[in-house]
Amino acid sequence: MSGVRVLVGTRKGAFILTGDGKRKQWNVSGPHFAGWEIYHMKGSPADPNRLYASQTSGWFGQIIQRSCDGGKTWETPGGGMTKTPDGMPAGESNKFVYDASPETGKPLTTHQWYDGTQHPWEFKRVWHLEPSLTDPDAVYAGVEDAGLFRSSDGGQTWQELPGLRGHGTGPKWQPGAGGMCLHTVLLDPKNAKRMYVAISAAGAFRSDDGGASWKPINQGLHSQYIPDPKAEVGHCVHRIALHRSRPNVLFMQKHWDVMRSDDAGDSWREVSGNLPTDFGFVIDVHAHEPETIYVVPIKSDSEHYVPDGKLRVYRSRKGGNEWEALTKGLPQQDCYVNVLRDAMAVDSLEPCGVYFGTTGGQVYASADAGDNWAPIVRDLPAVLSVEVQTLA
Amino acid sequence: MIRVVLPPHLRALARVKGEVTLDIPKGGPVTRGAVLDALEARYPMLRGTIRDHVTERRRPFLRFFACERDLTHEPPDAALPDAVASGAEPFLVIGAIAGG
Repeated sequence: MSGVRVLVGTRKGAFILTGDGKRKQWNVSGPHFAGWEIYHMKGSPADPNRLYASQTSGWFGQIIQRSCDGGKTWETPGGGMTKTPDGMPAGESNKFVYDASPETGKPLTTHQWYDGTQHPWEFKRVWHLEPSLTDPDAVYAGVEDAGLFRSSDGGQTWQELPGLRGHGTGPKWQPGAGGMCLHTVLLDPKNAKRMYVAISAAGAFRSDDGGASWKPINQGLHSQYIPDPKAEVGHCVHRIALHRSRPNVLFMQKHWDVMRSDDAGDSWREVSGNLPTDFGFVIDVHAHEPETIYVVPIKSDSEHYVPDGKLRVYRSRKGGNEWEALTKGLPQQDCYVNVLRDAMAVDSLEPCGVYFGTTGGQVYASADAGDNWAPIVRDLPAVLSVEVQTLA
Repeated sequence: MIRVVLPPHLRALARVKGEVTLDIPKGGPVTRGAVLDALEARYPMLRGTIRDHVTERRRPFLRFFACERDLTHEPPDAALPDAVASGAEPFLVIGAIAGG
């Protein structure tokens, strides 16, 4: 029987919500890694029992957790306890070191700091884990300060893809309020060499050679704080999404503006249309309809909550510009939550299920592509990320 | 035998309860560095959580105490008190009281 597994990362632990095919009955498991910030969890498309989680803490740093049984049990890859007190460790895990070696790396340069001075690159945490589409042991990690790492041994060891951090525009990259994070990694399902990343606040980048080299893809983006309309980098891209059947078409929620590209990011045009505000964080695409997209408008960059006290998902069935508010089952008064950039996902059942989590700790689900909503849980810690696995 | 008290989150990560006991190679000095080396060798999942993987600098929100003394700013190769070396007193890793 088909079903779904919703992976929820929160400020104080991870939760796994398992639903049946109708998406009416739910089992809630957690908190896993109680008390830690779970920035992201995601399952391998090649093996749904293989999950990766980014567990992080201002006190204790970065931990990578891995499950091989769909989240029932977890391990720190390569970091398990040795058998005897005198034994040497089997391996190292959780080690993210920028590649500054002369052979394969790029010099550890600087980026722009909040006050305009230059600041050295420093690893802080993993924001996003993107498992390979074909190999359960291969997974990418988008990190703060912005960089891209890859593991080919199930998360035990991590190697930077230094061509991105070492891109010549690096000194112009700057942190957003949340830090200079690489928060989005998209793998092209039709071209194994092509991938996209997004960085706040540097912009979007594309690689056509498996991550070795990168090209900024920010033409057509306009940001109030950047006077140069053709600026190569510096834009605060919040999220990018694509549909697997048509990976050359990208949708973007920028700091302000909802954008669309029909040429793999080479050019962008605004599709905010009739949205009540075009500020926001999440954007996602319907699993079966490449022109149906979802956003959650947020009031402004200085008021990070939904406008008018109403939690509304907006759906466009035309790839943007024309939007309809989806409100059935969502609070329509006195609601002041945010929906963060990694906190929306879709399943691939029929009809398509849509899920999102809020900073108020609710996880909402729609089993009919957004027409009707119901909370799966209401009182979790603030939700940082939501991913969905469709189970056979 | 050296006794080490870890903060709750690191005990959970290492899957231990209560104090951790470690053996330091005989003849070598009992220093903070030697204690953390032995701790990380036995519990590799703790690598990077107390001190940086590469620089071995203490993570900013952690402090070290023993025998009612704050040893945080002692050099990592300074000898720990005799009572820690003998196992009479534990070496304490303490998380800063901060955050929500």
